[in-house]
Amino acid sequence: MNYLHEDRVKKRMASRLIKNKLLKSFFLGATLLSLVVLAILMYRMISQGHAYLNWDFLTNFSSRFPQNAGIKAALIGSLWLLAVVAPVSLLFGVGAAVYLEEYAKKSKLTTFIQMNISNLAGVPSIVFGLLGLTIFVRMLSLGKSVLAAGFTMSLLILPVIIVASQEAIRAVPKDLREASYGMGATKWQTIVKIVLPSAIPGILTGGILALSRAIGETAPLVVLGIPVIIHFLPEGLLSEFTALPMQIFDWAKRPQEEFQYVAAAGILVLMIVLVIMNSVAIIIRNKFSKRY
Amino acid sequence: MMVNNPINNKFSQEDEQPNLKIVSNEAKKTVYQTQNLDLWYGDTHALKGIQLDINENEVTAIIGPSGCGKSTYLKTLNRMVELVPSVRTTGEILYRERNILDKEYAVEELRTKVGMVFQKPNPFPKSIYDNIAYGPRIHGIKNRRILDEIVEKSLRGAAIWDEVKDRLHENAYGLSGGQQQRICIARCLAIEPDVILMDEPTSALDPISTLKVEELVQELKKNYSIIIVTHNMQQAARISDKTAFFLNGEVIEYAATDKIFSNPSDKRTEDYVSGRFG
Repeated sequence: MNYLHEDRVKKRMASRLIKNKLLKSFFLGATLLSLVVLAILMYRMISQGHAYLNWDFLTNFSSRFPQNAGIKAALIGSLWLLAVVAPVSLLFGVGAAVYLEEYAKKSKLTTFIQMNISNLAGVPSIVFGLLGLTIFVRMLSLGKSVLAAGFTMSLLILPVIIVASQEAIRAVPKDLREASYGMGATKWQTIVKIVLPSAIPGILTGGILALSRAIGETAPLVVLGIPVIIHFLPEGLLSEFTALPMQIFDWAKRPQEEFQYVAAAGILVLMIVLVIMNSVAIIIRNKFSKRY
Repeated sequence: MMVNNPINNKFSQEDEQPNLKIVSNEAKKTVYQTQNLDLWYGDTHALKGIQLDINENEVTAIIGPSGCGKSTYLKTLNRMVELVPSVRTTGEILYRERNILDKEYAVEELRTKVGMVFQKPNPFPKSIYDNIAYGPRIHGIKNRRILDEIVEKSLRGAAIWDEVKDRLHENAYGLSGGQQQRICIARCLAIEPDVILMDEPTSALDPISTLKVEELVQELKKNYSIIIVTHNMQQAARISDKTAFFLNGEVIEYAATDKIFSNPSDKRTEDYVSGRFG
């Protein structure tokens, strides 16, 4: 006996195919939407900013006059910031991930810690700004320095790095660890020679994405009171500095129309920095995965 | 052809040295003495009062149906079982007269003496050379010349040198499953162990690769004591000197392989080896 009757299947076929097509176009539209918005944004930034984007823009300090304004202090300041955030956040982030995945026994406490780390990733960045202001700027008297801002940004992206590293570490097959332990390797040797090399592509992907966030983040810097008009370069970790998003924010809120174009040029510089960072991540990732 | 009939192989070996075997049995030293070993995973009583002595330079097979505790017992012999967080043991396992279950006994030291080959070939995602050199390196050998020597010796020991000598620096993942398993055996030999534990080493391999590994085991027992867990009873019959039959966490019978397969004392052993259950 047949449950599927040919004529009934045929009758419903047309509407099923239409539904299939409609939904396909909706999903395609959803994909294109973000791309279109990005393209419009890029177009506006390039059309507004390209006139100001030249060598002088990169080598001048900011100025009251739009034609003289440059991004040197902010660009170098952001690189200093990155030089603090990258090692601090990767060291502690990967360290915490290794502890949670390789050493910690599953208990209520570790589950609690785990839950909190995931929640921390969702805390608004301005809260981290307040934390940094209280602890680093005031309590530890670091002032509005590269170090204070770097530590604050590190705290901000730490949860993201921990979670990404944990996932990368968890993806390393158990077999490989067993093989290593089976030959008398210690936990540390197994981690450093087997687990981390296999996990590094994943860790780097997560890490660089988090660092990109740190470079573009503005709110914590505003709370820390990072100045914008600075006519010198940082001389050390305790120097005052300014950063790209602060500089862009400052230009964008000025009344003269020309400064909007300067801000657009600043955004282009920021975008270029981010693209370079992501390319470096991809290159490192490919290099590491080729070894295996 | 390289594919010899395994049964002929076994007979021919016995023909060559029938007396020697009996004599050596008398003189054989034990490597492992297990006394009243009980093991729990959480509340599950996985091993019950295990008593088992394992001889030097013999192949000891452990057979039994799934879930009978044979792999658990094997992993207790190098304390790999401790990777399971909820595991608890009582009793003693003496390895060369020292209790390995004593927390004072460093597992790293034990596992350097007792190598392990796993069910699924698990080479590292590194070159063949680096796979073999891994063990010696973690134990502190850095000299390139010594490492070269160990790599060659180990690969020859695992009968795979000729197949890989021209591609030592290629990734071990490019090899076939059977070759990978012999790389894993070579990697195990590189730490110069005393005992080799094998946890169903051929269950993921095709018949020809299986045969190669079995021949290798026969060769290796001259220098090493081998304990092999297997699902395959013919394999146990072909390659082992002694066989232990496990059932529900207990040793039902432990005797010379010939006896287990031809004239077992226990009804359950007989039922199992004749294929009536399992």
